[in-house]
Amino acid sequence: MKGTHLGEFEELVLLTIAALVNDAYSVAICDELAKQADRPAKLGVVHAVLNRLERKGYVKSRLGEATSVRGGKRKRYYTVTSAGKAALRRTKEVRDNLWNIIPEFSLKHP
Amino acid sequence: MKPRREPKPPRWAQRLLSWYCRQEILEDLEGDLNEVFDRNCRAHGAFRAKLIYCVDVIKFCRPYTVKRPDSTTLMPNWVMAGSYFKSATRNIARNKLFSAINIIGLSVGMSVGLLLIGLLTDIRSYDRFHKNRDRIYRVISQFQRHGDKGAPYMATTSPIAAREIKESVTGIEDVAIVQRGFNGDVTYGDKVVPMGGLMADESFFRVFSFSLLHGNPATALKEPFSIVLTETLAHKLFGDENPLGKVVSFWGRDYSVTGIVQDPPQFSHMDFDAVGSISTRSITEKDSPYEWLWENIWNAYAYVLLPENANPGALQKNLDELCQRRASTVSNGYYIQLGLQPMKDIVVGRNLGNQIGPYMGSTVVWVFLGMTIVVILSACFNYTNLSIARSFRRLKEVGIRKTIGAGKGNLLVQFMTESVVISLLALVFAVGIFIIIRPHFISMEYSLQQLLVMDLSPQLIGLFVLFAVFVGVAAGFFPALFFARLNAVYLFKGGSTRPPFRGITVRKILVVFQFVISIMFITGTVIIYDQYKHFLAYDLGYNTENILNIRLGDNKAHVLKNELARLPEVTEISESELVMSIGNYYSAYMKNPGDAGDSVQVYYNRVDENFLALHDFKLIAGRTFTPRSPGDSVEREVVVSAGILRRFDIGEGDPSKAIGVVVNVQNIDLEIIGVVEDFQYGRVNNGSTNEVVFRHALPGETDYVNVKLVTDDLRTTYEKIEQIWSEFDPVHPLQAKFLDDQLEEAFRGFSASVKVGGFIAILVVCIAALGLLGMVIYTAETRLREMSIRKVFGASEAGILYRLARGFILLLALAIAIALPATFLFFDRILLPEIANHAPIKWPEMVSGAVIILALAAIMILSQTAKVARAKPADVLRTE
Repeated sequence: MKGTHLGEFEELVLLTIAALVNDAYSVAICDELAKQADRPAKLGVVHAVLNRLERKGYVKSRLGEATSVRGGKRKRYYTVTSAGKAALRRTKEVRDNLWNIIPEFSLKHP
Repeated sequence: MKPRREPKPPRWAQRLLSWYCRQEILEDLEGDLNEVFDRNCRAHGAFRAKLIYCVDVIKFCRPYTVKRPDSTTLMPNWVMAGSYFKSATRNIARNKLFSAINIIGLSVGMSVGLLLIGLLTDIRSYDRFHKNRDRIYRVISQFQRHGDKGAPYMATTSPIAAREIKESVTGIEDVAIVQRGFNGDVTYGDKVVPMGGLMADESFFRVFSFSLLHGNPATALKEPFSIVLTETLAHKLFGDENPLGKVVSFWGRDYSVTGIVQDPPQFSHMDFDAVGSISTRSITEKDSPYEWLWENIWNAYAYVLLPENANPGALQKNLDELCQRRASTVSNGYYIQLGLQPMKDIVVGRNLGNQIGPYMGSTVVWVFLGMTIVVILSACFNYTNLSIARSFRRLKEVGIRKTIGAGKGNLLVQFMTESVVISLLALVFAVGIFIIIRPHFISMEYSLQQLLVMDLSPQLIGLFVLFAVFVGVAAGFFPALFFARLNAVYLFKGGSTRPPFRGITVRKILVVFQFVISIMFITGTVIIYDQYKHFLAYDLGYNTENILNIRLGDNKAHVLKNELARLPEVTEISESELVMSIGNYYSAYMKNPGDAGDSVQVYYNRVDENFLALHDFKLIAGRTFTPRSPGDSVEREVVVSAGILRRFDIGEGDPSKAIGVVVNVQNIDLEIIGVVEDFQYGRVNNGSTNEVVFRHALPGETDYVNVKLVTDDLRTTYEKIEQIWSEFDPVHPLQAKFLDDQLEEAFRGFSASVKVGGFIAILVVCIAALGLLGMVIYTAETRLREMSIRKVFGASEAGILYRLARGFILLLALAIAIALPATFLFFDRILLPEIANHAPIKWPEMVSGAVIILALAAIMILSQTAKVARAKPADVLRTE
């Protein structure tokens, strides 16, 4: 299966969804990413990534209630699935392991 | 504070998004974009927000967002198609009157369209069989007198130019040189067959794709005195014998048959019975000083075959240089300019002189195209007009359809299906009309007869159906849009009030326009018909009745005359060189006997001593020619018209004093022995001068035998003469025509105009009348309620009739007020002054068109308005 692998940006989006808990929909994710990672996230890119994550089974989505904002259109909320959680944990483990074997001096400021 | 309108994203971008985006993700995507849009509005202003929205919509068009067509989305269309068709046929069947009016109106307009399609298909199939068609160019020439660059181009060029292009111009693959006028009788043994052919060089079969059945294409036309026969001619001459290598005789020379070529196809711009080798001419025309002159551009054709992907512009430059180089060899300061014409432009293209075969000027095609478009648009407009006029009968239907869930698209397709079905039904009638008018159309003009066939091939029928669908869509689009846009809620709430419909003024203008055109066509046709009658009845100054003109060909006149004289019906026989008053002109220089420096071109006819008496020319002085004694071949005498005396001031106004005066005609001194009253030498409408001389023909100088017949049964007499002729000359058919018929033929241009004008007048009137009917029905039905209320309050039937009809009468009056003066001015100031000896326009002709239209319109208007005026208010208002 293509893409059990988690890309860097995918990881960030997945983490943001987890962080936003019950309020994770596309625009909010964009804003949060921009705030946390300090880089502008394009809606189109985020949308595509969300779509991809859903196909990989890392997130699932449901439509919210219609409100008067957004021209009466409903929001699509995302939550991280257990497979998503497992994937996040796996990546973190890989990183932690790598951090652990880095000798102290090589990351000191020159 | 005023409530500010919230800025909204651009509608087209929203539509685009919902068109391409998958249903599952459409809603939240729209929502996201709206949210971003609102945010951008606050941050950057509405304009920038809209811009960003549009860019985003386009950027979101990615594989994962785009709809995929599948069977579930396609299926309902097929289901619906059946339903559309069914409801279309039901609606057509329900409104029989309207459907009939629509079908007739459309079919009348479409029949003209079919003629155009047939014509275009035929002329586009010309020369398709040539494999090198796209690379063949014809060299055309222009004879510039004294730097006149506007002179007309000829399709011909000089043999020497063709030869020089072939031998010295670079960048061409081949040149076929063709010469016309290879006509005459070809003889083999005791068989004599008349034929019309061409001469060509050996490149003929390389450049063109005429297929040679026997013989070697490379050498068949190489040697002098070679001839290639078509299958048909070979069969006539040789029957089943093998013709190759046989010797036939032509123009007193022997030619050997070197090949048999398939008959040229119908759609070939050049037609021939045989092709002779052009190298023959370098022997037969060896002593002709004119043959190899640079300015002899009248009889030869050069077809250049360019290499693949070659540029004709480069060749044109070479031709320009060649012309410059040869300019010094031309006398009198004349200049020959050569040009190129692509093969596909030969049949429909510039109007060139000296065409090798049939052609049609592109202007004719454009004019015909323009007229057809006007007629078809007019017919389509009527359909639109009528459909909307009866729309209120169908408002409930539209309302229910919309409520059940039909979208705009569904209604659009439904109403268009209806109009396409109607136009397909109209096509059936149109093809019927097409078949009826096709022979008349083709026989209208001689060139059309040669050019067109218009067979109903499968390809043509396919084009017709396509055309019908196109007309249906064009006619049905606006009514369909009108119905599709109606608001369902409005339809039910308003009950029976009319939907707002704009464009009433436009419709009025169009109705007036249609009637102006109709009246102009009717009046114009009547005026031209009157001129035609006038010219046929015109007093030419001599008698034309019961005179048969027989073309002699190469035969001896006196032998035929002796044979004919034995018939009891033949009372008088004479000879002449040409038939006058039908547009043939021979002219000669005549010197003024009183002033040596003055000479004038006069028209002449060579006749024998019986000619003047046979035609009842009015001799006002002197006598006719003295009969020649055998062996006498000196021309001494001349009979002149009164116009000659006036021009040269001979005899000081007294014709009898002119007798005996010696005049010089083309360097021959002739004595005036008689003076005839002025008569029409040329065609009456050309207005040629009255300065005519009759010369006494020498034996062999005449081309016609004129026979005066006194009989009740011209047909039997003609058959008797035909019998005499067939014994006299078994090879050639009799070419004889009555002078009155020839005169009528001379004015064929007029009768053709009357036919075309009459035909188009009928079409335009039909269409205009149907259009008016639509308007009247529309008005009558919308104002039914109003009129009923008026009646309740005491309005009389006549008053209501007047009130309803007033608007239309005004429209018609306006149309007449525009059309009549316009027609009168056009004919009186522009067209008729160009025609000599025309009859003045009479009032009855002018008014006739208007009267016909008024009568027709009155029937239309009264039939509908009377219904309204007579309606019982109780019936109409009961439902209120």
